[in-house]
Amino acid sequence: MKMVRLFPLLLFILLLSGCRGGETDKMVITFWAIGAEGEKVGALIPAFERENPGVKVKVQQIPWTAAHEKLITAYVSETLPDVFQLGNTWVPEFRALGAVEPLTAYLEKDSVANEKFFDGIWDSNVIDSVIYALPWYVDTRLLFYRKDILAAAGYENPPRTWKELYDASVKIKQMNPRYYSLFLPTNEWSQYIIFGLQSGSGILKDNNSYGDFSGREFREALDYVSGYFRNKLSPIDMTAVTNIYQAFEEGYFSMLITGPWNIKEMQNRLSPAMQDKWMTAPLPARGDDYPGVSLAGGSSLAINKLSPRKELAWKFISYLTRAEVQVEFYKLVSSLPSVMEAWESPELKNDKYLAAFYTQLQNVKPTPKIPEWEQIVVSKIQQYIERLAAQKLTVDETAKKLDEEANRILEKRRWMISREGR
Amino acid sequence: MFGKTKINVLLLFLGPSLLIIFSFFFLPVLAALLLSFTDYDIYALGNADYIRFVGINNYLKLLEDPMFWTSVKNTFYFVLVGGPLSVAVSLGTALLLNSKLVKLKGLFRVTYFLPVVTTLVAVAVIWRFIYHPRFGLINYVLSLFGIGQIDWLGDPLYSMPALILMAVWKNFGYNMIIFIAGLQNIPEDLYEAASIEGASEWQQFISITLPQLAPTTLFISVITMIGYFQLFAEPYVMTQGGPLSSTLSVVLYMYQEGFRWWNIGYSTSIAFMLFLIILIGTIIQFRLQKES
Repeated sequence: MKMVRLFPLLLFILLLSGCRGGETDKMVITFWAIGAEGEKVGALIPAFERENPGVKVKVQQIPWTAAHEKLITAYVSETLPDVFQLGNTWVPEFRALGAVEPLTAYLEKDSVANEKFFDGIWDSNVIDSVIYALPWYVDTRLLFYRKDILAAAGYENPPRTWKELYDASVKIKQMNPRYYSLFLPTNEWSQYIIFGLQSGSGILKDNNSYGDFSGREFREALDYVSGYFRNKLSPIDMTAVTNIYQAFEEGYFSMLITGPWNIKEMQNRLSPAMQDKWMTAPLPARGDDYPGVSLAGGSSLAINKLSPRKELAWKFISYLTRAEVQVEFYKLVSSLPSVMEAWESPELKNDKYLAAFYTQLQNVKPTPKIPEWEQIVVSKIQQYIERLAAQKLTVDETAKKLDEEANRILEKRRWMISREGR
Repeated sequence: MFGKTKINVLLLFLGPSLLIIFSFFFLPVLAALLLSFTDYDIYALGNADYIRFVGINNYLKLLEDPMFWTSVKNTFYFVLVGGPLSVAVSLGTALLLNSKLVKLKGLFRVTYFLPVVTTLVAVAVIWRFIYHPRFGLINYVLSLFGIGQIDWLGDPLYSMPALILMAVWKNFGYNMIIFIAGLQNIPEDLYEAASIEGASEWQQFISITLPQLAPTTLFISVITMIGYFQLFAEPYVMTQGGPLSSTLSVVLYMYQEGFRWWNIGYSTSIAFMLFLIILIGTIIQFRLQKES
């Protein structure tokens, strides 16, 4: 009997919670942030709410592993929040979907200058000269190296060119033939794309509708990389390196190309005695144009095209990209600020490991801005680099295979381009 | 018997469930079948003009796709090794628990059934500790026998056996309960008659238990096979299909194509290929059963 009476009440409650309140909701901005940033960004909200009385920001945190999927399903069901974080390589995809609001008009109105951001990072959010998201924090790859081992090999300064990097590696190998010098994981793609970009390859060609892996430049990069594997300067068996920090400390390898998150990891995981023996440096260049180019990674803030509160959303994302807010944010999660002025603050300026990042960020390039990009690199580069490293494929064969795979994935894009051309 | 009124009554009672099955099962399957003849992808999601009808091209592409064949190979490995192993383990424990010598039957039954009702993600987290190359339980036990460190989830040679072990441990309890029910349905007088005739325990097992259990075994084999062909959660949580695609299953590949790269058209064609494989497997099992 009790259940029977409860039932209509339950239904009523369900109905109520299904309705989204009218009046009060108008001033609430919903914001989806990903990973550690999403956990900590809440601390920046009260200051924004004080500046804008009557406005509330509701932050929802989503884990990186589910983020992409959740954003797309939310797009399909038209439940995207007003503001959301996007990995900057996802921007092309969300633009293709028509899910993100172009920001050019807002920028002009508030006279926000793109000069305040790092060039390459800014560019990663621009498609056909329209900006679709504001850079929030940046991420790039550079060289982490063992000062003591390089010094023992006769290199007081980190290598500045491909040739120096290679020569140093040979010398390190000669000192201890059981060990390796440069760690090039065959289950990642970024290192190989970086070498490709450095040798001047566009990676894709013809309006990003065909692979350019067989082009002279990318083949040169593959050839350079395969030298490390052929001459055992880089380990091939990934299962042998289960813990890169331990291997780095042991000297199993003495250089690796990785990102800013590893500064903290190295500080936490290497022994105290090791702490003054490692350093960061900008990437070597193919020729004399030091530092060599690296990837323009990071996350951006986008506004939902269907949001009824775009003005407010814009206010919020411009707040998050203010220099002083970015410094606060750095203190919270150590995400590198996308705004150059923020790097003037003592917290960033006095960190000896960050200097190299600042230099490197002046020379970063976005990867081809098409929705298919991640599919091409994540699944295919790994598949074939592994075989190149094991010398099951030659450089030319690897390049040809990569082109075939990329061209297959890009077939739809070519069809769309030809259709628009008509 | 079935006059007009009866049919109306039937419709009244069956109608709601038929409607639900039709709209939540048949319609989606039909829609998926149609999708598998298109190249529905991320572009089509944004603008319906970008859908093309491609006929059976998705299926032809699939036959040439090395990753698909890798996933088929891995799935068959899992089904052919894990399936029989799981049935054998559940039959074994069912026999043990049904024997008159065992005390505390209820306790054992609950213990063996517990993994079945535990969420897979929780199980996976624990098993990842168990499989940890340096601090894991299994490697510790092996080291007592002088066997060196095995990187269970990181080595392509061991990753699939590791998943099979975990899946069998997690699932055998369910089949065990069904087997116990089957065993209890065998009339006691058959055994009594046999033992009077002087049949040994083993002879009784071969000539009475196994034939009497045949329908149960068929049911369990088919259900297990279908379930194991749909291998997904274990590699999704434990290995993401790695290392070197050694645990990439058909369903995981379908999921990656569909929800990671949003090649929905292509991934539905994978789904129908899997349906075909399972259908063939089931028919073969029914045939085998009929012959014997």
